[in-house]
Amino acid sequence: MAEGTLCNRKTIDTKEDLKALMADAGGKQYYQEMEELDVDQEKLWATIQGSLKSRLKTWLEICAHCGMCADSCFLYTANDKDPTQVPSYKIHQTLGVMVKKKGKVDNEFMRMTMDTAWSKCSCCTRCGVYCPMGIDMGIMFGYVRGLCFSQGFVPWEMKIGSGMHRVYKAQMDVTTEDWVDTVEFEEEGIMDEYKNMSIPVDKENADIMYTLNAREAKHYPEDITEAAILFNLAGENWTVPSVGWEQTSLSMFAGDWASCKAQVENVYDAMNRLKPKRMIGTECGHAHRATVIEGPYWAGLESGQPPVESIHYVEWVAEALRTGKLKLDPSKKIKEPVTLQDSCNYVRNGGLGEITREIMGYIAEDFREMTPNGQHNYCCGGGGGFNGIGKYHHERNVGLKVKMDQILATDCKLVISPCHNCWDAIRDMAKVYKLDIRWSFLKPILVDMAIVPDQFKLDDDDED
Amino acid sequence: MYEFVTGPLAWLAFGIFFIGLIYRTVWYFRGLNWQADRVAYRTNVSFGIKGAIRSIFFWVVPFGTRGWRSHPVFTIITFGFHLSLLISAIFLPAHNYILERKWGISLFTIPSGTGDVLTIFVLIAVGMFIIRRLVLPEVRIITTAYDYLILAIAVAPFITGFIAYHQIFEYKLWLILHILSGEIMLVAIPFTKLSHFVLFFMSRMQLGMDYGIKRGGMKGTSMSW
Repeated sequence: MAEGTLCNRKTIDTKEDLKALMADAGGKQYYQEMEELDVDQEKLWATIQGSLKSRLKTWLEICAHCGMCADSCFLYTANDKDPTQVPSYKIHQTLGVMVKKKGKVDNEFMRMTMDTAWSKCSCCTRCGVYCPMGIDMGIMFGYVRGLCFSQGFVPWEMKIGSGMHRVYKAQMDVTTEDWVDTVEFEEEGIMDEYKNMSIPVDKENADIMYTLNAREAKHYPEDITEAAILFNLAGENWTVPSVGWEQTSLSMFAGDWASCKAQVENVYDAMNRLKPKRMIGTECGHAHRATVIEGPYWAGLESGQPPVESIHYVEWVAEALRTGKLKLDPSKKIKEPVTLQDSCNYVRNGGLGEITREIMGYIAEDFREMTPNGQHNYCCGGGGGFNGIGKYHHERNVGLKVKMDQILATDCKLVISPCHNCWDAIRDMAKVYKLDIRWSFLKPILVDMAIVPDQFKLDDDDED
Repeated sequence: MYEFVTGPLAWLAFGIFFIGLIYRTVWYFRGLNWQADRVAYRTNVSFGIKGAIRSIFFWVVPFGTRGWRSHPVFTIITFGFHLSLLISAIFLPAHNYILERKWGISLFTIPSGTGDVLTIFVLIAVGMFIIRRLVLPEVRIITTAYDYLILAIAVAPFITGFIAYHQIFEYKLWLILHILSGEIMLVAIPFTKLSHFVLFFMSRMQLGMDYGIKRGGMKGTSMSW
């Protein structure tokens, strides 16, 4: 059965394979090979038979074809109500046909399915909220991605992403040494501005074990600094693990289930090794979904909960501000109109909409909601891996329009966007559509607003 | 013929209907898998039940959800259609008469004339369903012949019943056709999309448990469908 050297059904498990795949700029050869990649129909059907249980079967079977899901989908709206963007149509043309044909589908079909699963669905799960039958096509496309991945039909960047997790246990090539060096470097940087602050690594029995997104270690280390400053200011007994610090999962976006499991187990091992009271993750939305919401199931934990209580960063911020652990200077409250981007992954799929609004109450004088919001929010336009796939940049840019209209309708120039994916999408949106808006994570805003107790002030500090 | 369709065939149809539905229900529950579905059904039962009830309740109340509210006309015809089906199947005097004669069960009945009102409503509703399927691009693209077959199965007992009741054509024949079409519907329910008769509740319950347990329910938020 024909397979390419770069595009094939094998997983990426070595640095060499990863390098070879990354050397193929833009995935040119990879996508060329994909056109020749044979479908292992027997394996596909066996996979479907083993995993398509009553929930998914029922969802496929009882869809009344009523079309109520159409306008729940931001991609349908963004594409001028293109009927081929109706969620029901998308899932029945892909998974529906695959099941009907008992896996006997060809290369062209699989490439169409890949395009649909990654460029016509961000797995935001909004359609599931609007379907009378409770059919969640976001979940179904998550499943389709798994089928595609197992057959080698996966966007180049996603294959790299899952390979990164397999090789480095992180979405980027950050080794344990790189990570620990970064932490030490950032800790030194903090010392230039504060005293009595530290980033404890591998401290056992701490109250908090902090986990984050590899891109913070690789490209945005100031995020680590800010997290450290805030934990220190709040007087938290906290630590970061030297191994098991990566909370994200591009494997989840890629549909590489085995790698999803290995990735969260790496974090859970750190919990078991360091025995913290709680795990707190960074602001990233999908990281929370992967490690806290879905992860326990991948790891086979029947409670559906990670080994120790695990919360999202916004939950910690709300708690710190509510209890007064972290005090903000009221005069520094944001005065301009400000709006909030709800991440699908921790709001609709994690129930953290209200707590994020509690934070807005502490930090903003003129907070304006987007419409719709909370559990009914629209995807930023770049979720589910959409932001990172070059092949689908055009489709992603079109998809950004719905969120853009929502933001513009608030008349706010500042968007608080805790989730990294949303943050990226809004950044790209501003660039592509030349918008006069700014966007920010919570951490830099909180660092600017926080009252610094004397014990942390440098002796020659003249900031006051 | 009348004796046959109201006798053995009726027994068979009701048998298939009930056993089929029980089978579908058991099949659904047995196919749930906490790990594959990623919902801890067993360990967080109370949150699950709360979510399940919420998920079903708001969707069986007209305009109970944002989805229903954003499609008001469709909501009215959908609820009217389903209510008319259930009410006329169970509460029309002629149906009750058969129940009483065959099995000695008698239920509350509605005046026979109401049947006409319900029939007209069902016909209008089906007409509107068909128009939606033909006219709205987002519905047309997902419509298949199977959808029309399902509509035909659902509407046939009303048309035949109306003709028989008003004795427009030969009463005996149309009465038999009416009974047959009802039996076809009963038998079709477990085997076709009409299985949403029970699977609607199963599916809604499952998603409600998902939200009640994993997607915010345990964080104290209730799903505002």
